[in-house]
Amino acid sequence: MGGLPAGAVEPSEHDYALWEKRVDALMMLLSRKDRRLLTVDELRRNIESLGPEAYDEMTYYERWIYAITQTLIQRGVITVDELGRKIEAVKTREAQRA
Amino acid sequence: MSHDQDHDHAHVHRFPPRPDQDDTLTYYRAMETAVRELLIDKGVITADDVRRQVEDMDGRNAGRGAKMVARAWLDLAYKQRMLANGSKAAEEIGLDVGPLKLVVVENTSSVHNVIVCTLCSCYPRMLLGLPPDWYKSRNYRSRMVREPRAVLAEFGTVIPPDVAIRVHDSTADMRYLVVPKRPTGTENWSEAELARLVTRDSMIGVALANEV
Repeated sequence: MGGLPAGAVEPSEHDYALWEKRVDALMMLLSRKDRRLLTVDELRRNIESLGPEAYDEMTYYERWIYAITQTLIQRGVITVDELGRKIEAVKTREAQRA
Repeated sequence: MSHDQDHDHAHVHRFPPRPDQDDTLTYYRAMETAVRELLIDKGVITADDVRRQVEDMDGRNAGRGAKMVARAWLDLAYKQRMLANGSKAAEEIGLDVGPLKLVVVENTSSVHNVIVCTLCSCYPRMLLGLPPDWYKSRNYRSRMVREPRAVLAEFGTVIPPDVAIRVHDSTADMRYLVVPKRPTGTENWSEAELARLVTRDSMIGVALANEV
Protein backbone atom coordinates (compact mmCIF):
# COMPACT_ATOMS: atom_id res chain seq x y z
CA MET A 1 0.00 0.00 0.00
CA GLY A 2 2.89 2.36 0.78
CA GLY A 3 3.59 4.60 -2.21
CA LEU A 4 0.39 3.84 -4.12
CA PRO A 5 -1.62 6.78 -5.42
CA ALA A 6 -4.52 7.69 -3.15
CA GLY A 7 -6.79 10.59 -2.25
CA ALA A 8 -6.64 13.35 0.33
CA VAL A 9 -6.25 12.33 3.97
CA GLU A 10 -9.52 12.87 5.80
CA PRO A 11 -8.72 14.00 9.35
CA SER A 12 -11.37 11.67 10.72
CA GLU A 13 -11.50 10.07 14.11
CA HIS A 14 -14.12 8.75 16.48
CA ASP A 15 -14.41 7.59 20.04
CA TYR A 16 -14.09 3.85 19.92
CA ALA A 17 -17.22 1.90 20.76
CA LEU A 18 -17.02 -0.70 23.52
CA TRP A 19 -17.20 -3.60 21.07
CA GLU A 20 -14.23 -2.12 19.15
CA LYS A 21 -12.22 -1.79 22.36
CA ARG A 22 -13.06 -5.41 23.12
CA VAL A 23 -11.77 -6.54 19.73
CA ASP A 24 -8.57 -4.67 20.50
CA ALA A 25 -8.46 -6.30 23.94
CA LEU A 26 -8.93 -9.78 22.42
CA MET A 27 -6.00 -9.20 20.09
CA MET A 28 -3.77 -8.06 22.95
CA LEU A 29 -4.84 -10.88 25.27
CA LEU A 30 -4.50 -13.64 22.67
CA SER A 31 -1.09 -12.49 21.51
CA ARG A 32 0.36 -12.24 25.02
CA LYS A 33 3.37 -14.39 25.79
CA ASP A 34 1.51 -16.68 28.16
CA ARG A 35 -1.04 -17.56 25.45
CA ARG A 36 0.56 -17.00 22.04
CA LEU A 37 -2.67 -17.86 20.23
CA LEU A 38 -2.34 -15.05 17.72
CA THR A 39 0.59 -13.41 15.97
CA VAL A 40 0.58 -10.14 14.10
CA ASP A 41 1.51 -12.10 10.97
CA GLU A 42 -1.62 -14.23 11.28
CA LEU A 43 -3.73 -11.15 11.83
CA ARG A 44 -2.26 -9.50 8.73
CA ARG A 45 -2.51 -12.59 6.55
CA ASN A 46 -6.16 -13.07 7.42
CA ILE A 47 -6.97 -9.39 6.89
CA GLU A 48 -5.22 -9.45 3.53
CA SER A 49 -7.15 -12.57 2.53
CA LEU A 50 -10.24 -10.34 2.53
CA GLY A 51 -8.98 -8.55 -0.59
CA PRO A 52 -8.71 -4.83 -1.25
CA GLU A 53 -12.51 -4.32 -1.29
CA ALA A 54 -12.53 -4.98 2.46
CA TYR A 55 -11.02 -1.54 3.01
CA ASP A 56 -14.11 0.05 1.52
CA GLU A 57 -16.70 -2.35 2.82
CA MET A 58 -15.58 -3.08 6.37
CA THR A 59 -14.44 -0.91 9.25
CA TYR A 60 -11.06 -1.38 10.88
CA TYR A 61 -12.22 -3.47 13.83
CA GLU A 62 -14.60 -5.45 11.64
CA ARG A 63 -11.53 -6.58 9.68
CA TRP A 64 -9.75 -7.33 12.94
CA ILE A 65 -12.48 -9.46 14.49
CA TYR A 66 -12.78 -11.32 11.20
CA ALA A 67 -9.02 -12.01 11.19
CA ILE A 68 -8.90 -12.95 14.88
CA THR A 69 -11.79 -15.38 14.36
CA GLN A 70 -10.18 -16.94 11.28
CA THR A 71 -6.92 -17.41 13.18
CA LEU A 72 -8.70 -19.11 16.09
CA ILE A 73 -10.46 -21.47 13.65
CA GLN A 74 -7.21 -22.19 11.78
CA ARG A 75 -5.51 -23.01 15.07
CA GLY A 76 -8.39 -25.21 16.18
CA VAL A 77 -9.12 -23.10 19.25
CA ILE A 78 -12.74 -22.77 18.12
CA THR A 79 -14.69 -24.56 15.40
CA VAL A 80 -16.88 -23.11 12.66
CA ASP A 81 -19.82 -25.05 14.11
CA GLU A 82 -19.55 -23.68 17.63
CA LEU A 83 -19.02 -20.20 16.26
CA GLY A 84 -22.15 -20.44 14.10
CA ARG A 85 -24.22 -21.70 17.02
CA LYS A 86 -22.87 -19.01 19.33
CA ILE A 87 -23.56 -16.21 16.86
CA GLU A 88 -27.16 -17.44 16.51
CA ALA A 89 -27.49 -17.55 20.30
CA VAL A 90 -26.15 -14.00 20.60
CA LYS A 91 -28.58 -12.76 17.95
CA THR A 92 -31.54 -14.48 19.61
CA ARG A 93 -30.56 -13.09 23.01
CA GLU A 94 -30.21 -9.55 21.66
CA ALA A 95 -33.52 -9.78 19.79
CA GLN A 96 -35.29 -10.81 22.99
CA ARG A 97 -33.68 -7.97 24.87
CA ALA A 98 -34.82 -5.39 22.27
CA MET B 1 -21.64 -2.46 6.63
CA SER B 2 -19.49 0.57 5.85
CA HIS B 3 -18.81 3.52 8.08
CA ASP B 4 -16.49 5.26 5.67
CA GLN B 5 -19.26 7.72 4.88
CA ASP B 6 -19.03 8.97 8.44
CA HIS B 7 -16.14 11.20 7.50
CA ASP B 8 -18.29 14.21 6.63
CA HIS B 9 -19.55 14.75 10.13
CA ALA B 10 -16.21 13.75 11.61
CA HIS B 11 -14.93 17.11 10.39
CA VAL B 12 -17.42 18.99 12.50
CA HIS B 13 -16.99 17.22 15.84
CA ARG B 14 -13.50 16.18 16.67
CA PHE B 15 -14.43 12.94 18.38
CA PRO B 16 -17.89 11.90 17.24
CA PRO B 17 -19.08 8.61 18.69
CA ARG B 18 -19.49 6.23 15.80
CA PRO B 19 -23.19 5.45 15.51
CA ASP B 20 -24.78 2.02 15.10
CA GLN B 21 -22.11 0.22 17.00
CA ASP B 22 -23.03 -0.59 20.56
CA ASP B 23 -26.77 -0.28 20.08
CA THR B 24 -27.10 -2.17 16.77
CA LEU B 25 -26.09 -5.78 16.54
CA THR B 26 -24.14 -5.87 13.29
CA TYR B 27 -22.80 -9.15 11.99
CA TYR B 28 -19.27 -8.40 13.16
CA ARG B 29 -20.37 -7.13 16.53
CA ALA B 30 -22.22 -10.41 17.03
CA MET B 31 -19.02 -12.18 15.97
CA GLU B 32 -17.04 -10.30 18.61
CA THR B 33 -19.51 -11.24 21.33
CA ALA B 34 -19.60 -14.87 20.17
CA VAL B 35 -15.81 -15.25 19.97
CA ARG B 36 -15.28 -13.56 23.34
CA GLU B 37 -17.88 -15.78 25.02
CA LEU B 38 -16.48 -18.95 23.41
CA LEU B 39 -12.99 -18.06 24.65
CA ILE B 40 -14.36 -17.43 28.14
CA ASP B 41 -16.35 -20.72 28.07
CA LYS B 42 -13.18 -22.57 27.11
CA GLY B 43 -11.14 -20.93 29.84
CA VAL B 44 -8.72 -19.28 27.39
CA ILE B 45 -9.48 -15.84 28.84
CA THR B 46 -11.77 -14.51 31.54
CA ALA B 47 -14.35 -11.74 31.37
CA ASP B 48 -12.20 -9.92 33.89
CA ASP B 49 -9.15 -10.13 31.58
CA VAL B 50 -11.14 -8.38 28.86
CA ARG B 51 -12.49 -5.72 31.19
CA ARG B 52 -9.05 -4.97 32.59
CA GLN B 53 -7.45 -4.85 29.16
CA VAL B 54 -10.08 -2.38 27.92
CA GLU B 55 -9.55 -0.26 31.04
CA ASP B 56 -5.81 -0.31 30.56
CA MET B 57 -6.05 0.98 27.01
CA ASP B 58 -8.63 3.58 28.02
CA GLY B 59 -6.11 4.89 30.52
CA ARG B 60 -3.46 5.40 27.86
CA ASN B 61 -3.49 8.72 26.09
CA ALA B 62 -1.11 11.24 24.61
CA GLY B 63 -0.41 12.67 28.07
CA ARG B 64 2.12 9.88 28.53
CA GLY B 65 4.10 10.76 25.44
CA ALA B 66 3.79 14.45 26.28
CA LYS B 67 5.41 13.82 29.65
CA MET B 68 8.40 12.21 27.95
CA VAL B 69 8.73 15.04 25.44
CA ALA B 70 8.49 17.75 28.10
CA ARG B 71 11.14 15.98 30.17
CA ALA B 72 13.40 15.79 27.11
CA TRP B 73 12.96 19.52 26.45
CA LEU B 74 14.06 20.30 30.00
CA ASP B 75 16.77 17.74 30.52
CA LEU B 76 19.38 17.36 27.78
CA ALA B 77 20.92 14.27 29.37
CA TYR B 78 17.48 12.63 29.50
CA LYS B 79 16.90 13.51 25.87
CA GLN B 80 20.17 11.86 24.88
CA ARG B 81 19.20 8.70 26.76
CA MET B 82 15.78 8.80 25.11
CA LEU B 83 17.22 9.12 21.60
CA ALA B 84 19.62 6.27 22.36
CA ASN B 85 16.97 3.94 23.84
CA GLY B 86 13.35 5.07 23.87
CA SER B 87 12.00 2.06 25.74
CA LYS B 88 14.46 2.47 28.62
CA ALA B 89 13.81 6.21 28.81
CA ALA B 90 10.07 5.59 29.05
CA GLU B 91 10.59 3.08 31.85
CA GLU B 92 12.90 5.51 33.60
CA ILE B 93 9.97 7.88 34.22
CA GLY B 94 7.55 5.09 35.05
CA LEU B 95 5.90 4.63 31.67
CA ASP B 96 5.30 1.03 30.66
CA VAL B 97 5.88 0.42 26.95
CA GLY B 98 5.69 -3.36 27.08
CA PRO B 99 7.94 -5.54 24.95
CA LEU B 100 7.98 -3.28 21.91
CA LYS B 101 11.04 -1.33 20.89
CA LEU B 102 10.45 2.40 21.08
CA VAL B 103 12.55 4.59 18.81
CA VAL B 104 12.44 8.32 19.52
CA VAL B 105 13.30 10.79 16.78
CA GLU B 106 13.84 14.50 17.28
CA ASN B 107 12.72 17.41 15.13
CA THR B 108 15.35 20.09 14.64
CA SER B 109 15.73 23.22 12.54
CA SER B 110 16.96 21.01 9.67
CA VAL B 111 14.89 17.80 10.03
CA HIS B 112 11.20 17.14 10.50
CA ASN B 113 10.14 13.58 11.37
CA VAL B 114 6.79 11.94 10.80
CA ILE B 115 5.55 8.41 11.44
CA VAL B 116 3.35 6.06 9.46
CA CYS B 117 2.64 2.36 9.27
CA THR B 118 2.31 1.34 5.63
CA LEU B 119 1.65 -2.29 6.60
CA CYS B 120 -1.28 -1.74 8.89
CA SER B 121 -1.61 0.45 11.96
CA CYS B 122 1.46 0.07 14.19
CA TYR B 123 1.57 3.06 16.47
CA PRO B 124 3.14 3.99 19.82
CA ARG B 125 -0.14 2.99 21.46
CA MET B 126 1.48 2.47 24.87
CA LEU B 127 2.29 6.18 24.97
CA LEU B 128 -0.46 7.73 22.84
CA GLY B 129 -3.45 5.38 23.18
CA LEU B 130 -5.31 3.89 20.22
CA PRO B 131 -4.51 5.51 16.87
CA PRO B 132 -6.92 7.93 15.19
CA ASP B 133 -8.84 6.66 12.15
CA TRP B 134 -6.88 8.71 9.65
CA TYR B 135 -3.60 7.12 10.78
CA LYS B 136 -5.04 3.76 9.74
CA SER B 137 -6.56 5.06 6.50
CA ARG B 138 -5.45 3.92 3.08
CA ASN B 139 -4.83 7.50 1.94
CA TYR B 140 -2.46 8.37 4.79
CA ARG B 141 -0.54 5.11 4.56
CA SER B 142 -0.23 5.20 0.79
CA ARG B 143 0.83 8.78 0.38
CA MET B 144 2.89 9.65 3.44
CA VAL B 145 5.88 7.69 2.15
CA ARG B 146 5.68 9.18 -1.34
CA GLU B 147 4.61 12.79 -0.88
CA PRO B 148 4.98 13.66 2.80
CA ARG B 149 5.10 17.42 2.22
CA ALA B 150 1.76 17.37 0.44
CA VAL B 151 0.18 15.18 3.12
CA LEU B 152 1.57 17.37 5.91
CA ALA B 153 0.18 20.44 4.16
CA GLU B 154 -3.26 18.78 4.24
CA PHE B 155 -2.88 18.74 8.02
CA GLY B 156 -2.03 22.44 7.89
CA THR B 157 1.63 21.74 8.55
CA VAL B 158 3.82 23.43 5.98
CA ILE B 159 7.48 22.45 6.30
CA PRO B 160 9.97 24.89 4.73
CA PRO B 161 11.74 23.46 1.67
CA ASP B 162 15.15 23.65 3.35
CA VAL B 163 13.98 21.34 6.15
CA ALA B 164 14.39 17.65 5.32
CA ILE B 165 11.48 15.35 6.02
CA ARG B 166 12.13 11.87 7.38
CA VAL B 167 9.28 9.40 7.23
CA HIS B 168 9.52 6.47 9.64
CA ASP B 169 7.60 3.33 8.73
CA SER B 170 6.62 1.49 11.91
CA THR B 171 6.53 -2.26 12.34
CA ALA B 172 4.88 -4.63 14.77
CA ASP B 173 8.00 -4.69 16.94
CA MET B 174 9.31 -1.17 16.50
CA ARG B 175 7.33 1.99 17.17
CA TYR B 176 8.40 5.57 16.69
CA LEU B 177 7.67 8.70 18.68
CA VAL B 178 8.50 12.19 17.44
CA VAL B 179 9.90 14.86 19.76
CA PRO B 180 8.56 18.10 18.29
CA LYS B 181 10.58 21.29 18.48
CA ARG B 182 10.18 23.19 21.71
CA PRO B 183 8.12 26.33 21.06
CA THR B 184 9.86 29.63 21.58
CA GLY B 185 8.86 31.72 24.56
CA THR B 186 8.77 28.75 26.94
CA GLU B 187 11.95 29.48 28.87
CA ASN B 188 11.55 28.72 32.57
CA TRP B 189 8.37 26.73 32.01
CA SER B 190 7.74 23.71 34.20
CA GLU B 191 7.51 20.18 32.86
CA ALA B 192 3.73 20.12 33.38
CA GLU B 193 3.28 23.44 31.58
CA LEU B 194 5.42 22.28 28.68
CA ALA B 195 3.59 18.95 28.45
CA ARG B 196 0.35 20.79 27.74
CA LEU B 197 1.84 22.10 24.47
CA VAL B 198 2.69 18.60 23.27
CA THR B 199 -0.23 17.31 21.25
CA ARG B 200 -0.74 13.79 20.02
CA ASP B 201 -0.42 14.94 16.41
CA SER B 202 2.89 16.66 17.16
CA MET B 203 4.27 13.34 18.42
CA ILE B 204 3.08 11.61 15.23
CA GLY B 205 4.74 14.42 13.32
CA VAL B 206 1.74 15.69 11.36
CA ALA B 207 1.69 18.87 13.45
CA LEU B 208 4.04 21.05 15.45
CA ALA B 209 3.79 21.52 19.20
CA ASN B 210 1.27 24.21 20.14
CA GLU B 211 2.62 27.73 20.08
CA VAL B 212 2.53 29.83 23.22
